[in-house]
Amino acid sequence: MTDTINTDYLRRKIVEATVKALKLAVTHLPPDVENALRRAYLEEDSEASKSQLKAILENVKLARSMEKPMCQDTGLIHYYVNLGIRFPATHIVRDALIEATRIATKEIPLRPNTVHPFTHYNPGDNTGRGVPIIHWEINDSDRLEYYVVPKGGGSEAVSVLRLPPPGRGFEEFLKTVVDAVLEADGKPCPPVIVGIGVGGGVDTAVYLAKKAASIRRIGSRNPDPYLALLEEKLYEALNMLGIGAMGLGGRHSVLAVHIDYAYRHPANYPIAIVFQCWATRRAHVTIYPDGRYEVEQ
Amino acid sequence: MATYHLKTPLTDEDISKLHVGDIVYVSGIVVTARDSAHRRMIEYHRENKPLPIDLRGGIIYHCGPVVRRRGDRWEVIAAGPTTSTRMEIYEADVIEKYGVKMIIGKGGMGPKTTEACRRFKAVYTVFTGGAGALAANSIKEVLGVEWLDLGVPEALWIFRVKDFGPLLVVIDSYGENLMSHVMEESRRRRDTVLKWLMENIPPPHH
Repeated sequence: MTDTINTDYLRRKIVEATVKALKLAVTHLPPDVENALRRAYLEEDSEASKSQLKAILENVKLARSMEKPMCQDTGLIHYYVNLGIRFPATHIVRDALIEATRIATKEIPLRPNTVHPFTHYNPGDNTGRGVPIIHWEINDSDRLEYYVVPKGGGSEAVSVLRLPPPGRGFEEFLKTVVDAVLEADGKPCPPVIVGIGVGGGVDTAVYLAKKAASIRRIGSRNPDPYLALLEEKLYEALNMLGIGAMGLGGRHSVLAVHIDYAYRHPANYPIAIVFQCWATRRAHVTIYPDGRYEVEQ
Repeated sequence: MATYHLKTPLTDEDISKLHVGDIVYVSGIVVTARDSAHRRMIEYHRENKPLPIDLRGGIIYHCGPVVRRRGDRWEVIAAGPTTSTRMEIYEADVIEKYGVKMIIGKGGMGPKTTEACRRFKAVYTVFTGGAGALAANSIKEVLGVEWLDLGVPEALWIFRVKDFGPLLVVIDSYGENLMSHVMEESRRRRDTVLKWLMENIPPPHH
């Protein structure tokens, strides 16, 4: 009996926290991203690009003060869950996240974005087979932690996965990244965060790239010193392409480059590049075993 | 770079004034249309069926808004542009068949649309991608919605707007395409950038 009450209570708290996190994510741009955009605005000398950065910053302010979504594409909802196995209600987490997605869609509101890939049927509540997207990692704590990431379709549409022959080496890696950014051009709503995932199976590369793009904070340093250097140099180089905000030409089309990797099969060299548009929607939730929770960016 | 305030319906004269790089604010009626709506417009033309709204001198906005129903009215919550290249396969025909004078979107459009803008006197402009709250602010009223069976993002939303913008002219009626110039320049820099990277990053080793 006590167990049931506790489970119901925790379910309500998870739903409540998730709706709050989704609302925070779609209405408030995380401070690291807003600061990076402000820096880009101050440094930009292309008039067309500067006008776009100005509109973006005004839009961010407006969305925050009116508590409205900063972008009409409120995305496909992703949850990156880190579940403590000693959390008292592990078995209801998935259901609670799906329920929260439905409620948030109606209450905030979010754009109903999920469609059947063959029939185009849209259930209208951002759910459906396989969505919201929930990734699970397990740890031995008693807490439930997760990121909510509503990710827009425009930046997702220019994602790249390549498997160049491993013999072509490091130069091919650089070419793949530069060409992906050139091909994406103004389409992913630059300035963007470029997430790069290398190695693993193909699924690993894409998963790491998306996490690097959407979750990692701008300004956080890669713990691997070589990758930290690579990120810095790629950031400089990709901005030299001159794509600019919204592809209108200018010095700032990339806010940051984030790289993650896994070991790979000797015959495969998966390289994934995932773009996060300037409208980086993310929030982090921690739920404690007694139902207290924190929502932050 | 000049700034213009225009009212719908737009005339050939209005369009002739505009050059790439100019800024425009529009007032009047703007109709949203994305992939499915464009496809249906082409089908309707082929089958000789009239559109539910006259687009002559009109503005098409590549946008799938966030809306909320309040009683019998619709409220626009956020309404920034969607990526225009998806509409490249339809837009030239839509401009030709329906007399549309302005397309609003983001991310640029290709040679077919550029040519249609030149031949039929139209322009393609961009609104800042993702700036959904800013856009919603100058949408004053939802005058109607058609083809809602396509889903909320894909329906034809008929907005009354006031000083909707800033819109940057990216394709004018003289065959100029600002974003394809930028893209060509970026592609020219590719090899220099790669060389710079090879010179500035020591090769990885363990």
